[in-house]
Amino acid sequence: MDWQALHLSLLLGVLTIVILLPIALILGRWLATTRMRGRALIEAVLTLPLVLPPTVLGFYLLVGFGPGSPIGRAWTGLFGGALVFNFKGILLASVLINLPFAVQPAQRAFESVGQDLRDAAATCGHSLWHTIWRIELPLAWPGIVTGAVLAFAHTLGEFGVVLMVGGSIPGETRTLALSIYDRVQAFDNPAAARMAALLMFVSLVAVTASFALGSRIRRRG
Amino acid sequence: MAEGLVVSLHQEGPIPLAVDLKVAPGETLALVGASGAGKTTILRSIAGLHRPVQGRIVCDDEAWFDSGRHIHLPARSRRVGLVFQSYALFPHMTARGNVAEAMLDWPHAERSARAAALLARVHLDGYDARLPAELSGGQQQRVALARALARDPHVLLLDEPFSAVDRPTRRALHALLREIRQSSAMPIVIVSHDVEDAAQSADRICYLDAGQSVEQGPTPAMMNDPDSAFARWLRGNA
Repeated sequence: MDWQALHLSLLLGVLTIVILLPIALILGRWLATTRMRGRALIEAVLTLPLVLPPTVLGFYLLVGFGPGSPIGRAWTGLFGGALVFNFKGILLASVLINLPFAVQPAQRAFESVGQDLRDAAATCGHSLWHTIWRIELPLAWPGIVTGAVLAFAHTLGEFGVVLMVGGSIPGETRTLALSIYDRVQAFDNPAAARMAALLMFVSLVAVTASFALGSRIRRRG
Repeated sequence: MAEGLVVSLHQEGPIPLAVDLKVAPGETLALVGASGAGKTTILRSIAGLHRPVQGRIVCDDEAWFDSGRHIHLPARSRRVGLVFQSYALFPHMTARGNVAEAMLDWPHAERSARAAALLARVHLDGYDARLPAELSGGQQQRVALARALARDPHVLLLDEPFSAVDRPTRRALHALLREIRQSSAMPIVIVSHDVEDAAQSADRICYLDAGQSVEQGPTPAMMNDPDSAFARWLRGNA
C-alpha cells in the first residue's frame, strides 16, 4: 500500500470539498433561482467536465495554468512558484473538474425547494439570508451533501487530469489512482489490487451514502 | 387619505393591467375572472412578490408601491398575510413551527404560545406538533391561514382558497372567514375563479378580464344585474 499516495489523495479530496462546497452552494442556488438569459450557457460550461475526456481537460488546464499563460504568470507574480506539477495545481484542477459533481446536485436541491416556499418566507417577513438559513438549507442539505460526497469520491479516482497537470511526483502529485497505474507498470499486481480494492470500497460507500440521501429527499417530497 | 387598501395598476406589458381597486377596512373584495385575467398577478403585486411597471399600492396610508416615486417595499416589509393556493407550508416544520415562522419580530419566548393560540383560532387545537404531510388539505389550508394571520397583517390575501378542497372544507372555510371578518378590521382580498364561493364571502366583487377591472360593485348588485359584462361572462361559463 502506498500510504503516501493515500494520504495525498485524502488530502486532495478533503481540500477540494472545502473549497468546492461554498462555490457549489452559491452557484447552485443562483442557477436554481436566476432567470438570466445566459443561464443555459453557464450550465453547459459547468457540465463540460462530465462529458470531455480527462486528457482534453488536463491538456487545457496544463496550458491554462502553465508558466507562459496569463493565469500562470499571475499566480507566480502573486504567490511565487508555478501552478503546474505541484499539489496546488492539482488542487485547483480538482476543484474545476468537480464543479458539475457538486453544483448540479446543489442546484437540483435548491430547485426542489420551490418558489412558493421562498415567496411564503418573504411574506412571513424573512430576509434573503433568513430564508436560505431557515427554509432552503434544511430542505436542500441532502442534495448538497450528495454532491460533496460524489465530488470527494470522484477526486479520489481522478487519473487523467491529475497526471496531465501534476505528473506523478511522489509526495507531491502522485495520488492513489496514479500509484495503482505505476504499480501495474512495475508488474506489482498485488499492491495494485490492494489499492484498487480500497478505492472501490471508498467509492462504494460514497455512492451508497449519496443514494441513501437521494431516497430521503424523495420520501420527503 | 383613506385607510384600507388602494390599488391602481396600469401597464401595457409584460402583463397588461388596468386595475383600480379600493378595499375599505373590514371589507372583503373578491377578484373574479377567467384564468389569465390577471387576478393572481394583482394579488402578488399587493404582496410585493411581483413588481408592476406602473402604478400605486397604498395600505393604511403607507405607500407599498409607487412607480412615480420609485417606491417598492419588498414583500418582507409589507404587513401582508398571504394564503397561497398551494398553501406553501414549510414541510420540515410542524404546524406550530410554520405559524411561529411568521413572528420573527415577536419575542422568542412568546412565539410558541401565540402560534398555539392562532392554531386554536383556526380550530386546529391539538395539531400543533404535526408536520404538513401529516395533515389533510383542509387542515393545511387552515395552518396557512393561521400563519398568514401571525404577522398581524394590514391586509389578508387569499389565492384561490376554494379550489382543490371538498365541499365540507369549503363550508368550514366560509365559516372561518366570517369569524375572522368579525374579529378583525383588515381588508381581505380573495382571488377566485369560483364565483359562487367568492360571492358567499365577499362584500364586493371585481370582475377582471384581460388584466382590466371591467366592473366592480357590491356583491348582491353584481350578482343580480343580468345586463352586466360580469353576468354575460357568468352565463358563458354556465
